[in-house]
Amino acid sequence: MRTTRKPWLTATVGMAGLALIATGCSSGSADDDGASTGGGGEDGGSDEQITLTVATFNEFGYEDLITEYMELNPNITVEQKKAATADEARDNLNTRLAAGSGLSDVEALEVDWLAELLQYSDNFNDLSDPEIEGRWLDWKTEAATTADGKLIGYGTDVGPEAICYRADLFEEAGLPTDREEVATLLEGDWENYFSVGEDFVASSDSAWFDSAGATYQAMINQVENAYEEDDATVIGIDHATVKDIYDDVLDASVDRELSAHLGQWSDDWNAAFQNGAFATMACPGWMLGIIEGNAAGVEGWDIADVFPNGGGNWGGSYLTVPTHTEHPEEAMALAQWLTAPEQQVKAFEAKGTFPSQVEALESDELLSMTDEFFNEAPTGQILANRADAVTATPFKGPNYFAIHQTVADALTRVDVDQTDDAASSWEKALTAYNELGLG
Amino acid sequence: MSVTAPVGTEPEQSGSPTEPPPPPDRSDRRQNLRNLRGKLDVRLSPYLYIAPFFLVFAVVGLFPLAYTAYVSVHDWHLIGGQGEAVGLQNYIDVVQSPVFLQALRNTFSIFLLSSVPQVLLAITIAAVLDGNLRAKTFWRMGVLLPYVVAPVAVALIFSRLFADQAGMINSLLGTIGIEPIRWHADALASHVAIASMVNFRWTGYNALIFLAAMQAIPRDLYEAAVLDGASRVRQFFSVTVPMLRPTIIFVVITATVGGLQIFDEPRMFDQFGRGGSDNQWLTTTLYLYDLGWGAQKSFGKAAAVAWLLFLIIIVIGLINFAITRRIASSAQAVKKHGGAR
Repeated sequence: MRTTRKPWLTATVGMAGLALIATGCSSGSADDDGASTGGGGEDGGSDEQITLTVATFNEFGYEDLITEYMELNPNITVEQKKAATADEARDNLNTRLAAGSGLSDVEALEVDWLAELLQYSDNFNDLSDPEIEGRWLDWKTEAATTADGKLIGYGTDVGPEAICYRADLFEEAGLPTDREEVATLLEGDWENYFSVGEDFVASSDSAWFDSAGATYQAMINQVENAYEEDDATVIGIDHATVKDIYDDVLDASVDRELSAHLGQWSDDWNAAFQNGAFATMACPGWMLGIIEGNAAGVEGWDIADVFPNGGGNWGGSYLTVPTHTEHPEEAMALAQWLTAPEQQVKAFEAKGTFPSQVEALESDELLSMTDEFFNEAPTGQILANRADAVTATPFKGPNYFAIHQTVADALTRVDVDQTDDAASSWEKALTAYNELGLG
Repeated sequence: MSVTAPVGTEPEQSGSPTEPPPPPDRSDRRQNLRNLRGKLDVRLSPYLYIAPFFLVFAVVGLFPLAYTAYVSVHDWHLIGGQGEAVGLQNYIDVVQSPVFLQALRNTFSIFLLSSVPQVLLAITIAAVLDGNLRAKTFWRMGVLLPYVVAPVAVALIFSRLFADQAGMINSLLGTIGIEPIRWHADALASHVAIASMVNFRWTGYNALIFLAAMQAIPRDLYEAAVLDGASRVRQFFSVTVPMLRPTIIFVVITATVGGLQIFDEPRMFDQFGRGGSDNQWLTTTLYLYDLGWGAQKSFGKAAAVAWLLFLIIIVIGLINFAITRRIASSAQAVKKHGGAR
């Protein structure tokens, strides 16, 4: 008797306990519902206050624009969440997409990992709108459009690359300092850039460029199909195109001692801008703002209208509106406003993020823009020229980022950490690549 | 009350033909029922009181554990979700990967470098705080201060201090003529740097636990020791440390669990948070994170690592348990010995 009743009682109490927890949960979710219906109400009554969050990384140049937007729309508060690096932003975005919560209303994407998210386009709102058709360069929009014609992101900037250099260090080493003479000096292929570097290093304490990784990035961005074919078939890293660039970069960095051995975005890298550790760097438009921030107070930075091996594009971003947002319409309006030509010209003025909008590229305002920090260089005109010089549009498929990371790590091992030589580090890269299980 | 009232009137209706069992039986039954209730109350209530914990544990502990096991035998993509069942393939992939072994090596190395000096330092600090100091509360609170700082903030500050070229620690070492240490390149150096963050945060906390235990040691033991002519140092090693044994075990166990799960500090140690280009400071939890959220986005493999880590912690826990039992019994021997004096 007792033994039969005991479990029954326990079970009852257990059920009661569960019920308690369940009601606890359900009351919680009821609260959530209340909050979200409140949000829905706000959509109707436009006077109610709503808050939109915008997640960006590095420097988008949006600070003043956001203030302006809030003045134009008094009922909307916009908060910007800035990640220090694009990698960090990607981690945040992936984690929150997987969790299905915590995403910002507007999320910025980098072109290198756009394709991998395009596979899960269900998580993003379709932003296509007849009013803004033809606003961007065609390839910029195409990259963010799914096979069935859904546009998941508005283009912000592109990254046409020039060479940024320290005129004062050039002078000390007996090289020309004028930006046109420097452009002539560096005109040519990568070998020319490296051999000028050898001359520089011979008569200077500074290194020629900041890091092997950044230089590799600049070179691989001139290759149409580095890791994947146009139909996204994986080629991988074990082929001559990638291996040759890898060897060239490490030969220049280590054997010819051109690199400052800094990992890009590391604390050392940030600090090195202050002590003149290197004289040149590959310089996409958005890098101008970063140099200006890191090298604040340093005089002598300039920018030359030249890039080894022709033109190159490094990065460039998009603004998306995840389906998770409670205010899809307001978020879309904000993203549309931020990526309008007028606003992107202002962002360029603030942080050098070079616009991807056709109208902005033609505007006199952009072309006549100069940058005080870079010795009054006509950055608008220079970057427009650099954008024209871009011939290759590298294909960046869903696995681009993951594959690229294996080579980037290999370069860091040799150039920065010096735990391996080029050959053994390459073996490790192959192992890491095989672990991805793509081949 | 309305339920019990009819029960009370039942004996009066005993003559009714529809109720064959005789009255004495019934009152027996009532008595039995009462006894049963009483016994059930005594026996069951304790379980009921602790039941909420186990229910919550079942929801937030047991279920995730089981679900992780379920995920670990599937192809499971971070965003794409559940794929095919693959049996133990994820476990095989993980165990065969050299990266997993590196991660284990790093985890244990960081764990040893952090917990051993931490316990020794904490006992020493506690011994100092146990002495006659002015402004006792001030010193005690001061020791706890690093614990208040968020681990991520600690990691951010320390990773700047430990920067290879521009870091303060290397420039300090430079002033006394020591070559800069490559904190982010050399595996052992990176472990020391990360362990120092852990030690910074936890030493004071553990010192306070030791201090509390020290103050519970009967003072007559020290008096006896003084009469026997023991020096301060001798008192510390022959009275204080043996009496602290159970506390030491507690601190070691919590440090073990925390140490094997270390994540924040290595994650924040460089700009990418992937444990270094050559996996110099990739810990098991960081490896788990990288598998699930990094390039591979494979929740299946990440779940397999989680289970392997769980099994490792259980093994270490069993070892700890064995040691605890041995030391706890010897500590009792010490107490009896002390009492006999």
